[in-house]
Amino acid sequence: MFGRDEKVSQGRLTAVQYIILGIFLLLTYGLWRLQVSQSDLYSTLAEKNRIREVPILAPRGKILDREGRVIVDNYPSFSALLLRDSSRDLVADSDMIADGLHLDRKEVKDRIKRFASTPQYQPIYLKDDITPDELAFIESHRNELPELDTIMAHRRLYPRNGFMAHLIGYVGEVSEEMLNHPRFELYNPGDVVGQSGIELEYNNILMGQNGSKQVVVNNKGKEVGQLDEKPAQAGKSLKLTVDIDLQIAAEQALGDRNGAIVAMDPRNGEILAMVSRPTFDPNDFAVRISRAQWNKLVNDDDHPLLNKSIQAQLAPGSTFKIIMAAAGLQEGVAQNMKVNCNGGGDFYGRYFKCWVVAEHRVHGITDLSKGIYQSCDVFFYTLAQKLGIEKIAKYATQFGLGQKTGIDLPQEASGIMPSEEWKIRTFKQKWIVSETISVGIGQGAVAATPVQMMRAIGAIASGGRVVRPHLTNPTDLPPGVIPASSVPDETHIPIDPKNWEIITDAMAGVVNPGGTAALSHLQGIDFAGKTGSAQTISNALKAKLGAQGKNFKDNGWFVGVEPRRNPEIVVCTLLEEGEHGYLAARVAAQVIKAYVEKQRRQPSKLAKADGKADIAAIWNEPSEEKSDGFKGGHFTVKLSDKKVPSASAAPGVN
Amino acid sequence: MARYVSFRDFDWLLLLFVFIICGLGVYEIHSATEHTKFAGAHIKQLYWIAGGIAVMFAVSLLNYHTLLEQVHWMYIAALGSLMIVLIFGQRYLGAKRWVKLPMGVHFQPSEWVKLILILAVAKYFVDLSQRELSWSDFAKAGGIVLIPMAMVLKQPDLGTALTYLPVAVMGLFLGGLRWKQAAIVIILGGLMMPLAFYKVLKPYQRDRLISFMEPEADSQGTGYQVIQSKIAVGSGGIWGSQGGSQTHLSFLPIPQTDFIFAAFSEEHGFVGALGLLLLYFIVLMRLTQNAQTAPDRAGTFIVMGVVAVLSFHILVNVGMVVGFMPVTGIPLPLMSYGGSSVLFIFMALGLVMNVRMRRFVN
Repeated sequence: MFGRDEKVSQGRLTAVQYIILGIFLLLTYGLWRLQVSQSDLYSTLAEKNRIREVPILAPRGKILDREGRVIVDNYPSFSALLLRDSSRDLVADSDMIADGLHLDRKEVKDRIKRFASTPQYQPIYLKDDITPDELAFIESHRNELPELDTIMAHRRLYPRNGFMAHLIGYVGEVSEEMLNHPRFELYNPGDVVGQSGIELEYNNILMGQNGSKQVVVNNKGKEVGQLDEKPAQAGKSLKLTVDIDLQIAAEQALGDRNGAIVAMDPRNGEILAMVSRPTFDPNDFAVRISRAQWNKLVNDDDHPLLNKSIQAQLAPGSTFKIIMAAAGLQEGVAQNMKVNCNGGGDFYGRYFKCWVVAEHRVHGITDLSKGIYQSCDVFFYTLAQKLGIEKIAKYATQFGLGQKTGIDLPQEASGIMPSEEWKIRTFKQKWIVSETISVGIGQGAVAATPVQMMRAIGAIASGGRVVRPHLTNPTDLPPGVIPASSVPDETHIPIDPKNWEIITDAMAGVVNPGGTAALSHLQGIDFAGKTGSAQTISNALKAKLGAQGKNFKDNGWFVGVEPRRNPEIVVCTLLEEGEHGYLAARVAAQVIKAYVEKQRRQPSKLAKADGKADIAAIWNEPSEEKSDGFKGGHFTVKLSDKKVPSASAAPGVN
Repeated sequence: MARYVSFRDFDWLLLLFVFIICGLGVYEIHSATEHTKFAGAHIKQLYWIAGGIAVMFAVSLLNYHTLLEQVHWMYIAALGSLMIVLIFGQRYLGAKRWVKLPMGVHFQPSEWVKLILILAVAKYFVDLSQRELSWSDFAKAGGIVLIPMAMVLKQPDLGTALTYLPVAVMGLFLGGLRWKQAAIVIILGGLMMPLAFYKVLKPYQRDRLISFMEPEADSQGTGYQVIQSKIAVGSGGIWGSQGGSQTHLSFLPIPQTDFIFAAFSEEHGFVGALGLLLLYFIVLMRLTQNAQTAPDRAGTFIVMGVVAVLSFHILVNVGMVVGFMPVTGIPLPLMSYGGSSVLFIFMALGLVMNVRMRRFVN
C-alpha cells in the first residue's frame, strides 16, 4: 500500500549526492577565499577592530614670571560622560543623572536621543569641567549608575579677573584654518594650541608632545587590555621677563579705566609689565567658550580682546614732543630758540591754538625746556616748521615709530609716521606743508602704539640706545629656540650728551612744580616724563557734532622714566578718553613708585641670610654721665619678621 | 512487524558523527560565550541535546507507516498551531514566532511544522506513485508546502519559511519532475523575483538583501554582521587565530547561534572549518545511503526530506558566514545554540532511524 514496488529512481538519488557535493565544494571555496587568499586583509581588519590608539594628552608648560613665580598653571579638569555599553536604560536614569550634574532633565534626555544613532563605543559627553561636588556625585553612584563615567584632561588655569590676560593670551582647539597654514602643519586636529598672546607666540615651547597607547577594545569600545604605550612629553615651562609685583601694581593703577600700561627696562628691552583694559577672562576659553560669550567679546565697542599696549594705534599727542626736541637739538635748531606763546600762532596761513588758552592763560616767552615741561604747542609748531616733515620723520623713524618694535607677541601694530613719501605712497597726494605743524605736537597723521612711545622715549632718556622690547630672554628658552625677529636687539642713535641733559632735565620738570604733571611728583624718586593729551577727532569735527562731540574726549598719555638719565624703567600709560595727560601721569607714577620700592627692598646681603642675621654696630647715644656716649653691641635680628611679603604667584593661580 | 525492530539496527555510525558535531558545537558555544552575559549556554545546550536524544529514540519507535497514515491530522494540527502563533504569538523583535506555554517555555511551532511537511510530502508522493509528474500533481504537491510557508512568512520569518522550500523541491525532484517543468518554474520564479522583492518582503528584509549585496554601504547597521562575520572567518587564516579576537571581543554578533560557524572558523582556521564541513558531508552522505537502502518509497522520501532540510540549512548558514548568502537567521544544524533547533534535528534523525530500523522488515 506504500508503493513498495515503486522504488525511487537511483539516478536521481545519486544526482542529489552530487548536488550536495557541489554545495560543499562551493562552501569550501568560500572559506578558502576568506581564510587563505585574503587572510591578510581580514587579519588587518580584525586588528583595526580590536586595537585602538588612545592619545595621552601632554600638559602644557607653565608660564612663569622673571623670578620663577607661577603665572599660568594647569589643573586636572574632569568631564562627565555616559558610556553606552552597559545594559542600563539611559533614559530611565537620565533624571537622576541630570539632577546630580545640575543639568536640565529634558536637555539630558534630548542628548541621549540625539546620539542614539552614533556608534555605541562613542560615549556621550554630558558636561565639561565638572565641579568637585558633581565629581563626588559620580564617584558615589558608581554602583547605581555604572554608565556614568569621567575623563580627566589638563586645562589651563589662568589668573583671575583677567590679570595679564592680553599678554598671556589663551588656548583653544586648533582651527581648520590654522591646520591649512604651513606654520602649523605639525598640529593635529583636536590639538589645543595657543590662540593669542604668549600662548600663541611660544606655543611650540609650551605645547607638549602627546603620547599614545594602543589598547585592545571590545565591540563596545571598552578597554580590555593594553599593548603598547608611548608616554606623553609635557610642554616646557616658559620664563617671562615680567615681574608679577610690578604687574599687580600696574593692574591696580589702571583699575577699570580703558587704556593700557606697558613698562620696560630700557637697558635691555625686558618688558616688566603690560596691562590692557577692558580685559577678559581667559579661563572662559580654557574649557569651551560659548558662542554668546564670544560674540559679546568680539562686538564690544571697547574691544576687550585687543592688547592696546601693542595694538592701539593712536595719536601720541604731546609725548611726541620729546622726539621733536631730540630732532630739534640734534639738528642744531632748538638750542637757542625762543618763542612767544600768546595762545596760538599763524602757520602757513592757518591759525593753530595752544592748549593753554582753554585755561585762559598764555605761556609767554618759551624755550625748549619750558616747551617740554609746560608742553607749549606754539613752541613745537614753530620747531616743526623749522625742521620740516622729512627731518621729523627721520628722527621719529630712527626711534621706532611707524614700524613694529619687534616685541615677541603676535599681531603687533606698526603705527604710522607720516612723511612726503608716505603721503604719496598711501594717498597718491603731495604733502601739504601745514600738515607738518600738527605732526609737531603728535597730532595729524601720526599714530603710535604705547609700546612704540615707551621704546622711543626710553631710548632718548638712555642717550639714544634703542632696544627691542621682549618678554623672554634667549637664555631662558630651550636651546635652539630663538624667536625670529627682523628688528635688531639694539641700535644706537647718537644724541649729544648736552642735548640729552636738556631733554631729560625738562622731563623731570614735568613732574615738578610748574610742570604739566606736578601733582604726580614722587618724593625722593628721580622721576621724569612727558604728558600728552591727544585729540581723538579734529576740533572742526567736534564743533560740527556739537553736544555729541563732547563724548569724544581726549586720550591721556604719559611716558615716564626713573631715573631721568639712563633709566632702569620706562612706563607708558594710555588712558582712553582720559582727558588729560596728568591723569595718565598719576597712573604711571604709581607703577614707578612700586618699582622703586621693590628695588629698595631687593635682597641685600642681609636679606639673603636665612632666618636670622648677626649685626654688630657702634652708635652714639648721649647720656647724663657721658656727653659723648659711644656704644657698641652685637645683635641677632630675626629677618622673617622684617621682610615685606611679596606675591608668590599671580592672583588666582596659587 | 514492530516486534522485530531492534536498536541494534540503529545507525550508530551516523550517530557517532552527529555527536562529534554536537560536541564541537557545545565546545564552541562555551568558548564564544565564556565572558558574556550568555555564559553557561553550553550547559543548557547539553540539556537540549540530551532531551533531543530521548525524543529521537521515542520518534524512532513509532512506525513511520503509522505516522504517514495519520499525517493529514498532523498537517491540520500544524496549520492550526501556525494560526495560533499569528493570533496569540509573542512579539519579539518585530515578529510573532513564539507561543508562550505554561512554565515559561517558549515554543516555536514553525520548527516542528518542517517535520510534518516532510511526512506530508512523502505521503503525497507515495500515494501518487507515478514515474512522471503532471502539472496538477505539481500544483498539489507545491500547495502542501506553500500554505504553511505563507503563514510563516506572515509572522514574518523569511528564513524559516525558506527552509520549507527544499522539502517541496526534493519531493518534486524524486517524485518525477520533468526537466521542462523545472525549467518553466525556474523562469517564472525568476520573473516573479522583482515583484517579491518589493511586494512580499518587509523593509528590514529588503535591507538585509541590500546589505548582503553591498555590506560596506551600511557598515554600522545591517551590513555590520556581514562584514564582521567575514572579518572573523578571514582573520582565522589557515590554522586559526590565537584568542579569536572577533568572537571574544564581541565584534562578531550572536556567535553562539547563527554565526557559530564564523566563530569556529576564526578559532580553528581553514583546516578546522574544512574538517567540520567534512563531518557534515559524511553525515549527509550517510543519510542518503540510508535513503537508498530504505525498505520502501515512503522511507526514501522521508529520509531525503531530512537530507533536503539539513543541506539547505548548511548551505544558507555557512553561505551567510562566508558572505555568499544574505543574513536570514537560519541556524547551523547540530551546532547552533537553541532548543527548538536541536529538538527538530533529533526528531528528524528519529524519523531517519525509524526508517532504517525497519529496512529488513517486510
